Amino acid sequence: MTQAPILEIRRLSKAFGPVKALSDVRFELRRGEIHALCGENGAGKSTLMNMIAGVLQPDEGDILIDGERVSIHSPAAAQRLGIALVHQEIALCQDATVAENIYMAAINSRRAPLMNFQKLYADAQKVMDLLAPIPVRTRVADLSISNQQLVEIAKALTLDCKVLMLDEPTAALTESEAQRLFSIVRGLKERGISVVYISHRMAEIFSLCDRVTVFRDGRYVATDQVAAVSPDDVVRKMVGREITQLYPDKLAPQAPGRLLLSVEGLSDGRRFADVDLQLRAGEILGIGGLIGAGRSEIAQTVCGLRPMTSGTVALDGKQLRLRGYGDAVKAGLVYLSEDRKGSGVFLDLPIAANISALDLGRLTGPLGLLDRKAEDRQARELTGRLGVRMAGIEATVSTLSGGNQQKVAIARQLSVSPKVIIMDEPTRGIDVGAKVEIHRLLRQLAGSGVGVIVISSELPELIGLCDRVLVVREGRIAGELTAGELGEEAIIMLASGVQDSSNQRQAQNVA
Amino acid sequence: MHAEIKAAGRRVNFAQLASMREAGLIVIILALCIAMSFASPHFLTWGNFRAMLMSFSIEGIVVVGMTILLIVGGIDLSVGSVVCFSMVVSGALFLAGLDPWTASLIGIGVSALIGAAMGFFVTVIGLNHFITSLAAMVIVRGMCLVVTKGTPLSLFTLPPAFKAIGQGSFNNIPYVILIFIVVVAIFDFLLRRATAFRKVFYTGSNEKAAQFSGIRTNQVKFWVTVLCSTLAGLAGVIYMARFGAATPTFGAGMELNIIAAAVIGGASLNGGSGTIFGAILGMALLSVVTSSLILLDVSVYWQDMIKGCILLAAVSIDHFLHRKKS
Repeated sequence: MTQAPILEIRRLSKAFGPVKALSDVRFELRRGEIHALCGENGAGKSTLMNMIAGVLQPDEGDILIDGERVSIHSPAAAQRLGIALVHQEIALCQDATVAENIYMAAINSRRAPLMNFQKLYADAQKVMDLLAPIPVRTRVADLSISNQQLVEIAKALTLDCKVLMLDEPTAALTESEAQRLFSIVRGLKERGISVVYISHRMAEIFSLCDRVTVFRDGRYVATDQVAAVSPDDVVRKMVGREITQLYPDKLAPQAPGRLLLSVEGLSDGRRFADVDLQLRAGEILGIGGLIGAGRSEIAQTVCGLRPMTSGTVALDGKQLRLRGYGDAVKAGLVYLSEDRKGSGVFLDLPIAANISALDLGRLTGPLGLLDRKAEDRQARELTGRLGVRMAGIEATVSTLSGGNQQKVAIARQLSVSPKVIIMDEPTRGIDVGAKVEIHRLLRQLAGSGVGVIVISSELPELIGLCDRVLVVREGRIAGELTAGELGEEAIIMLASGVQDSSNQRQAQNVA
Repeated sequence: MHAEIKAAGRRVNFAQLASMREAGLIVIILALCIAMSFASPHFLTWGNFRAMLMSFSIEGIVVVGMTILLIVGGIDLSVGSVVCFSMVVSGALFLAGLDPWTASLIGIGVSALIGAAMGFFVTVIGLNHFITSLAAMVIVRGMCLVVTKGTPLSLFTLPPAFKAIGQGSFNNIPYVILIFIVVVAIFDFLLRRATAFRKVFYTGSNEKAAQFSGIRTNQVKFWVTVLCSTLAGLAGVIYMARFGAATPTFGAGMELNIIAAAVIGGASLNGGSGTIFGAILGMALLSVVTSSLILLDVSVYWQDMIKGCILLAAVSIDHFLHRKKS
């Protein structure tokens, strides 16, 4: 019999309320391998990692370390077992130095009453230099996001672990930083450390990993030797489901009308460059890509919410000179934020006030007083049109369900009768019923001549709803997919950059 | 879906919650007044009411500005110092030979400039209101001492027409109370009806969402900060007319009373909610309590303790209601 795997998961299940995050999954990590874990958003990868790291407790099933059943009650217990997890989100003490963050666990368990800062800095610098020459006396808050990510990884390296789990470690890294990380990970492998590597990027998986396991909708799909499969196979296994008839009918071919919005050579000097984009009346244009690829930044810049360094934006043939978002709204260009609670709605204000926030001018009389009757009329009309379920327009938005809150946010955009409406993740975190309603509404808007752009991380939404999809990768338009070419595999390939050159050329020709 | 509507119907909404709070305060104030009318024969007299109204009328003008600032999500600890500075600057200018009206206008203008300076630090430099106004509180107090060289200015030479603002009355109603009522009525109306003030609620409720609605939130915060200091300046010159003197230590600790009144009246320190009417009721409650304690011969040493407990109780009840709501 061969040696037991260092980490094994058997028949593990986990539910959050009625939602099954994982059902009956298995996973096996051999000593000294780099094992990729793949799946779409919501496939259950992070849930599994959190259970192995002691953050969450499984409902059912076993976790085995070196062939022995263990129960991992807390992150500290996971650390004692030699398991380290680098979270996708950065969880550092922003006001402490890099060195203090790297050795936080060690400092916490020390008995000595005083800190030896000289030794702390020297040791931390040694670990940090393996990844990047970041001075360890720097405050974490003063570092860029990618450098903070590297500090997170350095922190895990100090834990002297047997199993290292990396949850999308390259999401915020540049190409050269990522390359450095890969060589570190390979070095760890040579030292006998086993690595679980979560990533969407096929190129990384295929250059770095030994085996790949795919999860889909909280279930285990397959484990393969990387050498024995192609990126296409993996993507197909990740997607693997038919898209149902949840979406409204699309535009007939050749139906798009006149050019509504035209963006040329847009750059902000930081997050994206050279973005071209055309939107015609009547169509729904999708923008896909990985989280952090720069989609929201592009949309916000188009609307004057962020500064641009070069490029032009023309609406209805007229070039816009935006000094701020207010100018865009006046011109008929509106943007709906992806972060509903954080920047989309005013939770503790009434529904009517939420809807009128975008253009108070139209509700204001000659004396600068607000016409409350007009405000109420507008709120009643729009909530009726959108089917907002509420106690009344004076109720605060916090009393509504997520889907109805989103409808209120959309009602606000509609209150100015926009020519172009850009929606960033319009259906994130809302239930299926409201989702279908919002999709119908968007199609209806497009049908009435409004230009609609939908930014979405949900592939089925992009494919089911949009007439055309632009995919953004690392701040650039990686390609365009028209009706015939739309598919989850095509989008993932463009987004993650595995697209082979012939397809890419094809995509550019279409664009 | 049906259950959801019913659940929403049972919940209290924003306007109801505010009016509930105001109705609650009115009930408490009335109950206190009725109880006091039995306890002391002096309580239910016009003289006592006039004294109570007088005692909070001038502070009430400052409460108006503070409430609006709290709604935008700010706070101003410097109002006590600014009241005093407006008073000593106007007083010193009058003693230097300026007519008292011009002197007062300059005093109010200087107060507005202090507000503009704070607004600059908050919106351009990016400091928070608490720290900025804490610094201003100390700096402006120091300026009061510098202007007066530490000694009170005696202003008994103020012309009677000016003194009348603080000391005179119209049909037995003091001008001070009339000014207070006018200021409250104007700003209560504007806060409910004017578009410009609606932006104050948006900014305070969710600054990011306000920016994503095209509202220039920094401008809103700046002007509300200026307004709060300006109203403090106005209160300062009324105090000067009332006392016929300008004391460099006047108004120390006033900010706490004013913030307490606004918060008891329903203004949230997190911004986004509050009404001027509520804040004035908060002020009235504190005033009735103070007056009751005096009439009941309770030692003045107890007053602050009791006021503090009322503040704690009001905020706890508010927190409890909000937690239940979510």
